[in-house]
Amino acid sequence: MAITLTHYLVLASVLFVIGLIGVMRRKNLLMLFFATEILLNATNIAFAAISHYIGDLSGQMFAFFIIAIAASEVAIGLGLLIVWYKRTGKIDLDQMNSMRG
Amino acid sequence: MFEAIAFYLFAALTIVMFTITVMTSQALYALTAMAAGMIFISAFFFLLGADFLGVIQIIVYTGAVMALYAFGMMFFDTTRNVVEKGTNPQIVFVLGVLAAVMVVTIFVAPIVSNNIQALYPIQENIGNSQAVGMVLFTKYLVPFELAAVMLLVAMIGGIVLAGKKMDKSLTLMKEEEIGGLDEGFEPEAGGH
Repeated sequence: MAITLTHYLVLASVLFVIGLIGVMRRKNLLMLFFATEILLNATNIAFAAISHYIGDLSGQMFAFFIIAIAASEVAIGLGLLIVWYKRTGKIDLDQMNSMRG
Repeated sequence: MFEAIAFYLFAALTIVMFTITVMTSQALYALTAMAAGMIFISAFFFLLGADFLGVIQIIVYTGAVMALYAFGMMFFDTTRNVVEKGTNPQIVFVLGVLAAVMVVTIFVAPIVSNNIQALYPIQENIGNSQAVGMVLFTKYLVPFELAAVMLLVAMIGGIVLAGKKMDKSLTLMKEEEIGGLDEGFEPEAGGH
């Protein structure tokens, strides 16, 4: 019973569904960041699996750049979140309406 | 056989950990469960022969990102239960599944139509780290440098936004205080 590309893609899509459910049901912004990390990791698994089964290194390269993007997203997002928490005392998504959007 | 056992074991563990991350109402449980899930994901990279990617996953995610989250959570009130939106769970599930099917289609369509070529094929006689280095520093050098600049910008942005000693930081003041800054108005340090 060999593990094929389909197995990995099914796993990646299951993790992606979990992340999307998290994005849609969370109101707390910190929890929303956790869910986006899950989304990025699910695509990373798909990239690495395709890279292995096609025999091409490009998939791993894209996974590296996704990891770099995730790291910068966390740094900037957490900085903004700390500033917002210091100003308002809340990090709920529903109360971020100061721009009347 | 060993690969199948490892795959199913780590798949089950990862799914359970990420489900805990998404579903729990305690922020600390979510943090620790996600750290464990990141470690388990690196197992897939090792199974797939992407050794360097697996090591980077452990170092960056569980080393840097998780430490950053743990540091950030010191600012927040994590003992309080997290309140969720009152969305219909069925709608959420259906939308999630639809989006995931779309993503899988995007990934699978070039493979099914055989419209894909190995531009940088994996060679047998050299290790994964060496091959990654050779491709990264030749074909992907410009994106690599851009990623370095992006990380530098992110670092400076994080320092400026969350910096401690910057009492006059514009992001911490109310709008009226920023307006009164020109007339020598001294705002009080610390917001909340």
